[in-house]
Amino acid sequence: MIPAFSTSLQLLGPELILAVGALVLLMVGTFAGAAANRLVTGLAVAVLLAALLWMWVYGENGLAFGGAFVLDPFGRFMKSLALIGSAATLIMSVGFAKDERFDKFEFPVLIVLCSLGMMLMIAANDMLGLYLGLELQSLAIYVLAAFNRDSLRSTEAGLKYFVLGALSSGMLLYGISLVYGYTGHTNFQAIASLLLGAERQLGLVFGLVFVLAGLAFKISAVPFHMWTPDVYEGAPTPITAFMAAAPKMAAMALTVRVTMEAFAPISLDWQQIIVFISIASMLLGSFAAIGQRNIKRLMAYSSIGHMGFALVGLAANSQEGVRGVVLYMAIYLAMTLGTFAVILAMRRKEGNAEQIDDLAGLSTTHPMMALVLTIMMFSLAGIPPLAGFWAKWYVFLAAIDAGLYALSVIGVLASVVGAFYYLRLIKIMWFDEPTTGFVPVAGELRLVLGVTAAFTLFYVLIGGPLGTMAQAAAASFF
Amino acid sequence: MTDWPILSTVTFLPLVGALLIFLIREDGPAARRNIRNVALLTTVFTFVLSLLIWVAFDNRQAGFQMIEKTPWLDSGISYHMGVDGISMLFVILTTFLMPLCILASWVSVEKRVKEYMIAFLILETLMIGVFCALDIVLFYTFFEASLIPMFIIIGVWGGKRRVYASFKFFLYTLLGSVLMLLAMMAMFWQAGTTDIPTLMEYDFPGNMQVWLWLAFFASFAVKMPMWPVHTWLPDAHVEAPTAGSVILAGILLKMGGYGFLRFSLPMFPEASEMFAPLVFTLSVVAIIYTSLVALMQEDMKKLIAYSSVAHMGFVTMGIFAMNAEGVQGAIFQMLSHGLISGALFLCVGVVYDRLHTREIAAYGGLVHNMPRYAVVFLIFTMGNVGLPGTSGFVGEFLTMMGAFRANTWVAFFAATGVILSAAYALWLYRRIIFGALTKESLKSMLDLSTREKVVIYPLVVLTIFFGVYPAPVFDATTASVDALIAHVSQATGAADTAALAK
Repeated sequence: MIPAFSTSLQLLGPELILAVGALVLLMVGTFAGAAANRLVTGLAVAVLLAALLWMWVYGENGLAFGGAFVLDPFGRFMKSLALIGSAATLIMSVGFAKDERFDKFEFPVLIVLCSLGMMLMIAANDMLGLYLGLELQSLAIYVLAAFNRDSLRSTEAGLKYFVLGALSSGMLLYGISLVYGYTGHTNFQAIASLLLGAERQLGLVFGLVFVLAGLAFKISAVPFHMWTPDVYEGAPTPITAFMAAAPKMAAMALTVRVTMEAFAPISLDWQQIIVFISIASMLLGSFAAIGQRNIKRLMAYSSIGHMGFALVGLAANSQEGVRGVVLYMAIYLAMTLGTFAVILAMRRKEGNAEQIDDLAGLSTTHPMMALVLTIMMFSLAGIPPLAGFWAKWYVFLAAIDAGLYALSVIGVLASVVGAFYYLRLIKIMWFDEPTTGFVPVAGELRLVLGVTAAFTLFYVLIGGPLGTMAQAAAASFF
Repeated sequence: MTDWPILSTVTFLPLVGALLIFLIREDGPAARRNIRNVALLTTVFTFVLSLLIWVAFDNRQAGFQMIEKTPWLDSGISYHMGVDGISMLFVILTTFLMPLCILASWVSVEKRVKEYMIAFLILETLMIGVFCALDIVLFYTFFEASLIPMFIIIGVWGGKRRVYASFKFFLYTLLGSVLMLLAMMAMFWQAGTTDIPTLMEYDFPGNMQVWLWLAFFASFAVKMPMWPVHTWLPDAHVEAPTAGSVILAGILLKMGGYGFLRFSLPMFPEASEMFAPLVFTLSVVAIIYTSLVALMQEDMKKLIAYSSVAHMGFVTMGIFAMNAEGVQGAIFQMLSHGLISGALFLCVGVVYDRLHTREIAAYGGLVHNMPRYAVVFLIFTMGNVGLPGTSGFVGEFLTMMGAFRANTWVAFFAATGVILSAAYALWLYRRIIFGALTKESLKSMLDLSTREKVVIYPLVVLTIFFGVYPAPVFDATTASVDALIAHVSQATGAADTAALAK
């Protein structure tokens, strides 16, 4: 049953690539001198892509290290998203790093380490593996959030994230210990098989609640969302983009795996929690964003709302639901990266602009940039035929099948409220008089803008294979 | 010819034009002329191609024709296109109005011509798609996506309160539609398909029909618009540029009526029968109330907008009379209203381009220096009133006849609306056209230019032609409508028998 050590190493090849790569990059950075940042960034992207490639070429299904980690289509799909998110943010940060004196080689190294943490999270099949991966990822992000040492807001963001993150880790650990206390296991399958026939115990439900609270913090779902706007606003923009894209994939994958795998027999208990979290996130994300003037804060609330929509699929507790979540995250990744590429492109000579009013008249000063952001906003609002609509379609389809009518109705109504503030951005870009323009968009940002916009716009044509992959990923649990 | 995917060609041809315009890089008088020419050529060519649909259309066949079907997105959805007697003429109406809209914006739109034309061409694709789609998800995609270009058109090229109007338009319609989306999902799980022809045959349980009907009603009633959810329409109409108003009144409103005919009636016949009194009440209120409101308007476009709401009241009344006269009349009324209200907005646009105000009080006595304009405006006013000999009469008469068979009182109140519509339309005409030409600003105004004649005269011809000889329309629609009515009466009859048997 337990495979040999060498097999385990082979299964975790991509993770090893990242671990070794991060250490090598650290050495390269230390000895390369002044030009280190560009070199290390380039190499880091290469390492991330190498891990991605390895996973798809040599990736096999199986259990590694005595069942602590699991390799399956679901994990592969979510890991790909996380890796793509990390690589894309690294690419987007190049120009920013040069202009904002942000060019420290530790940044790409930390991103690679963080990606390693995410890979382990997604692969975790054991409460301890879960915690290990989560902490590795979080520690890297704590440092990243405070990366701009001289900025008060950045250090505040880092500290805030660290304190609240530590709190949530504590809750998670407490939950894990309760679960262990009542079941005697940390392995997901072992917990599930024990729960299957057992009587429902209150202590275990407590454990479940604490575990979910810890995970909800990581995906910034209400009521554990308070850190999100402040950290998003305070952290340097490339790091905000990173936090909005990659770690969300890992945390969502972890939530899906824990609920669908370990706690599958007590689905009625966690479904209620997920339904509540989902409704609260959708509503808060929609209403609180209306008053925001800073585009990074706005995107923070938008991400809270979108996590709520993704959780609608999980609440359905079905294969269609998991497929919905998986597709939602994939599409959300593209939309987030595209939007943050635009935010990074909002540069004037004196520095980055962050207020939404700075976008006034963008359609005349930078037509292509305005077009991309318009596509992103309509997509985030969920208007067909853009990708964001299909994301919502699959999760609500699952919810309707599961009979969650109240959740669905509240969800779509919240999406109408949400449409209001996305439309406001479009209004500012298209209907308002132009202000001073931005400097020309850097080449690497153009690449990200082009790819994400094309994906969002042409999802109706290319969505088929992605849907099939998501279907296969969702089948991992059934 | 038979294998050629004509519907897809007609639907997506405007996108090709939009792409061409997108690729025109430079900005100057020459480039703008090119952009306008490309847009006009594309729309004219689309119209000519769409006529082939009418030629190839088999009037005797009740089902869908020119079907195209391929799986789409690998999830049970299919790209399924086709037309029947109910939808085919709306396709023609769309492609017909589009070149007129482009011409109507020829000089009045000066800023951002490129974006304007792209938005209109994309809108054309989406509108044709709505009428051709035979899969509910495909339908929804086209239906909702049409909000995007219209939002931009109102917001960028609109009047003073354009931001308010565009937001109201977008959010109102979106709110109605998302509920319909959930209903579509429920239908998918219940029937296992999103294919419209299959769903039309499927017998939904009575209890479920009620909820599904209400969800669809939320969307189509807003789009139509029916009283009391019509308030977005006057705002949108007033602020939209002339061509935007024409499209809004001519096509976008018809999507609501088309939706009732395509979904509510055939798929939920029992619920439709059950809710018919509600629809009748709302229709009658709309006809009388909005006619009264129209009487009091100071703004020409607002007046016509309210009159549109009233005319759409006739359409909903006719549809839910659920007999052949009513449904035929409703379809005819929609087509005729598409021509007449579009033409009326164009007429307003003509004087607006000259004086830049829509205040009725600013005009008067135009008959003296714009005799041609006075004549065409008279014809369309009469068409709006429903004078025999214009296409407006046929639709109103048939819908009222259908309503009379279903419920005498409804027909009685609707007939009152006809009198009121004569009142506001004629009064509008008197205030603008007749009287003495006293205002200095009006004296220098010139009569219709050649471009305006090209835009308006075809509409005059069609308004009178279909008023005198409506047979081509009825020939196309009869088979499909009869099949629809037979299907509905069979379903409701079966339900009644079942209820009795219990």
